[in-house]
Amino acid sequence: MRSRKIRRTTKHIILHIFILSFAFVMIYPVLWMVLGSFKSTPEILQSAHRLLPESFSLDNYITGWKGFAGFSFGTFFKNSFYISITATIGTVLSSVIIAYGFARCDFKFKKFWFGCMLLSMMLPFQIIMIPQYIMFNKIGWVGTYLPLIVPYFCGQGFFIFLNIQFIKGIPRELDEAARIDGANIYSIFIYIILPLIKASLVTSAIFSFMWRWDDFLAAMLYLNKPGRYPVSLALKLFSDPTVGSDFGAVFAMASLSLLPIFIIFLTLQKYLVEGVAVTGIKG
Amino acid sequence: MLNSNKKTLMHKLNNEKVAGYIFILPFIIGFVCFISFPMLMSLIFSFTKYDILTSPKLTGLDNYITLFTKDPLFWKTLGVTMFYVLFSVPLRLVMALLVAVLLLKATKLSGFYRAVYYLPSIIGSSVAVAILWKRMFASDGIINALLQRIGIHSNIAWLGRTDTAIWTLIILAVWQFGSSMLIFLAGLKQIPVYLYEAATVDGANGFSKFFKITLPMLTPTIFFNLINQLINGFMAFTQSFIITEGKPRNSTLFYTVYMYQNSFKYNKMGYGCAMAWCMVLIVGSLTAIIFMSQKKWVYYESER
Repeated sequence: MRSRKIRRTTKHIILHIFILSFAFVMIYPVLWMVLGSFKSTPEILQSAHRLLPESFSLDNYITGWKGFAGFSFGTFFKNSFYISITATIGTVLSSVIIAYGFARCDFKFKKFWFGCMLLSMMLPFQIIMIPQYIMFNKIGWVGTYLPLIVPYFCGQGFFIFLNIQFIKGIPRELDEAARIDGANIYSIFIYIILPLIKASLVTSAIFSFMWRWDDFLAAMLYLNKPGRYPVSLALKLFSDPTVGSDFGAVFAMASLSLLPIFIIFLTLQKYLVEGVAVTGIKG
Repeated sequence: MLNSNKKTLMHKLNNEKVAGYIFILPFIIGFVCFISFPMLMSLIFSFTKYDILTSPKLTGLDNYITLFTKDPLFWKTLGVTMFYVLFSVPLRLVMALLVAVLLLKATKLSGFYRAVYYLPSIIGSSVAVAILWKRMFASDGIINALLQRIGIHSNIAWLGRTDTAIWTLIILAVWQFGSSMLIFLAGLKQIPVYLYEAATVDGANGFSKFFKITLPMLTPTIFFNLINQLINGFMAFTQSFIITEGKPRNSTLFYTVYMYQNSFKYNKMGYGCAMAWCMVLIVGSLTAIIFMSQKKWVYYESER
């Protein structure tokens, strides 16, 4: 009996060691970049295998922050925040409104429009980027933020779908009770449904923000002045050898560009996973 | 009179049939303006020669004929993309499934592990990681340095050889198995415990439990993941565009990057649209094949 218990414990320990070392391998590249951003460029090259820098130096951040073409990374970060936040507000609001329509209303051709919604969810951006570009070029939107923001005010399939699932989970009896109390279809949405799907709104907002933050292709297509570049695009140009920057600075700015994502990721984990050892996440 | 008009209007607005359309109006506008109309224009442009500066000239099937018969790069990039999808999608799914099964067993700290394994999926498509990957696989990069550490003297230029460059991109794709893993974890938790208990009573071992219970019960999840990953795989862009720039000798030039080059570098919009439609047909038919095959291998409990 006791030996069986010992065997089970050893099995468990081996499993944990394996998962932990594999996790370390997985995360190693990111650690190498983030810690490397505190090393000098020659040190990054010479001690590629060593994670910790000999001494933490912020030099890379200071040189990197200066940016290029007369614009500091402050401008690029400001642009990124502007684009990501506006597009996210648009997509979260419109998607939940659309989702309510699909989840709670019965109307003609609902199945048809729902099919269109699923189709839009499967259709990748790359397929429509060329005709969209031609269209936005015709109406003079190229060079502005409009193509990066306006389409998101029409909802996004993935978030519409997510919200529909959440709204369907709310018992219809609540709607009925509110209706008896004199609420109409709109006030039910605002006072009953919205407060109950906060989790789904937060999830949508988080994903939308991260996707907009990472987006690089659309920014490359539509923006032509360095002063308007978001971080993703600026980083790509900054890392090009023609700009002539050292990659210590590139590592620093690349790490910084991931910082908002890291912060969101950590808070998201706090929301989603209950009972997780907080120290484990922080460490 | 005015009052009663207002009343009927309010009454109408409160009708589900009308209100439904009011709610989904943003979607209809977006679907018409930003999806249907551009798609239709794209189909028309695909039969023209169009450089965006001068008006398009109708050329019939010329673009498609050139694509299929006179453009070796079309077949090359299609082949490269297929190769990438063929290896990265199954490898990623297998990895996701294995780690999900392991994590399910390690109950303690599983939240922490889940976070660590999930992180690469969250940041993997960013420019920052693309730059990092380029640096890692450089001949003076960390991969060679680590290989040297364990005694393998290597100064391979991973990104400079036709036989290794594509694998750096595949590894990057597999590295991002976290989101599939989370979906598998959710699927694994749905499997009723009594199935395993019954199997234990019947004397089944771990392996047969995995292949006879876990795998069949997970097929709907695998199916969903497969379709998702397939579409994503064919649409991969940033990796090829930033890390390898299609080099060396176009061995990592993805279809989407070639499409981008044609349309925006060489201003061949009509040709680019034809390429986009070929991609729609290819990915569409592959998805359809997988959908039709689901009767053969996807197990739905309610069917029994």
